[in-house]
Amino acid sequence: MASYSTNEFKSGLKVMLDNDPCAIIENEFVKPGKGQAFNRVKIRNLKTGRVIERTFKSGDSLESADVVDVAMQYLYSDGEFRHFMVPDTYEQYQCDEKKVGDASKWLKDQDSCTVTLWNDAPLLVTPANFVELTIVETDPGVRGDTSGGGGKPASLETGAVVRVPLFVQQGEVIKVDTRTGEYISRVKE
Amino acid sequence: MLKNWQPICSKDVLRLRAQVLADIRCFFLERAVLEVETPLLCHGSGTDPQLDFFTTEFSFPPSRDTLFLQTSPEFAMKRLLASGSGCIYQICKAFRNGESGRFHNPEFTMLEWYRVGFTLPELMNEISELLMILFKGRRDLNSPQRFSYQDIFLRNTGLNPLIFSYPDYCDYALSVGTPEAVSLCGYDHGLWLDFIFSHHIQPSLGQNAICMIYGYPACQSSLARINQDNSEITDRVEVFINGVELGNGYYELTDVQEQCARFDQEIAYRQEKKRPGAVKDEYLIAALEEGLPECSGMSIGLDRLLMLLASSETINNVLNFPVTRA
Repeated sequence: MASYSTNEFKSGLKVMLDNDPCAIIENEFVKPGKGQAFNRVKIRNLKTGRVIERTFKSGDSLESADVVDVAMQYLYSDGEFRHFMVPDTYEQYQCDEKKVGDASKWLKDQDSCTVTLWNDAPLLVTPANFVELTIVETDPGVRGDTSGGGGKPASLETGAVVRVPLFVQQGEVIKVDTRTGEYISRVKE
Repeated sequence: MLKNWQPICSKDVLRLRAQVLADIRCFFLERAVLEVETPLLCHGSGTDPQLDFFTTEFSFPPSRDTLFLQTSPEFAMKRLLASGSGCIYQICKAFRNGESGRFHNPEFTMLEWYRVGFTLPELMNEISELLMILFKGRRDLNSPQRFSYQDIFLRNTGLNPLIFSYPDYCDYALSVGTPEAVSLCGYDHGLWLDFIFSHHIQPSLGQNAICMIYGYPACQSSLARINQDNSEITDRVEVFINGVELGNGYYELTDVQEQCARFDQEIAYRQEKKRPGAVKDEYLIAALEEGLPECSGMSIGLDRLLMLLASSETINNVLNFPVTRA
């Protein structure tokens, strides 16, 4: 397995740390003028999502992690597992609900998303940055109110709850940014 | 056609650099400190185990010499001092291999000066005066601070830096969320000090103020003299502003025996760690034998100083062509 030295720790690089696959977020070269050179590295554990800081002696190395992001189509949930498919090859993967985590509230059948594979097994699921979902429940608002202030909660077909402007009605399709959970716009059918 | 042919720093920063250089020259002119130039290509090199040098071939058939690009102009300037130059300063490029990051470029600009007859406290006064002048009208600073290494260490960590207590150092590392220090530093006292100081002390030094730390532990003496009254510490000072290390000064070691012993120690350490071999500067040793006058010397990284003056997050923003574009 290839390994990378601290000089190669660029943002996004996937490495093994404490037997877990991790992604480098930031790497700072720290060197006292007359002292040992260190690299202070910010790393995300891809299994737990936790971000930690770790210092290495400059020149130390870590093994690379066999982690790849693959664009897939979300198929369905069987209650225990969520199922995904690579559109080009029809290859299917299943991922348990726990690993899907927060992403599950944005996943609609047939939608595309990114599945991160570690040693060819799903590690985490990232929904598309923007999704279009139908509002299944929200209080009736005042028609004609286009002001941005206030707003109201709206439940979406996938289970997510987002704040929407008062004029948006039940049954309408809206566009949401999954990274922030914010309403973007209404979608004209 | 390459798109990144253009300089990274702005025109304002180009002008700022020129003004700062002019102000420094004016400062030393008024104090009758002589500006000098010394070779960047030399037959000897520094032996500091933490500094890597660049080497190059001087081709002059039939001879072919290996020359070193200087990591600092210190040795040549000390030869001038030993020859009776009096107080001198220099603004030059220095080269350090393997250093690149937010605060490092392998080639950088250094201001180095030596004051004959100055003790370390006198040098520290002058460092403050120079920096206050350079910051005046460009960025307001709070009043300068001075702490001994031992005080600041104790105050920030509760540890005594002069006495190595492995269990105490380990406990501290665990309690502040850097458990990796235990395996990384092992039983190397100097390495522990580097780790703890750079991670847990330095970042908070000199909040918008000049902060000078003096009295480093003897194991971190480099080319400084051991303190006359306390052999556990050395007459060395480091200057920080906003957690950025700006420079390093010494009450200079003049004892040739002691200097030779430190060189040999460092060369042996480099061999043990399999680092590129350093060549002892015999010219410097000969000069020290002749006699280096009692003096104090300081060097300041001017690119980092410009970073602070221009409120820049990275050294690249104050360089026209950092190494990736050079």
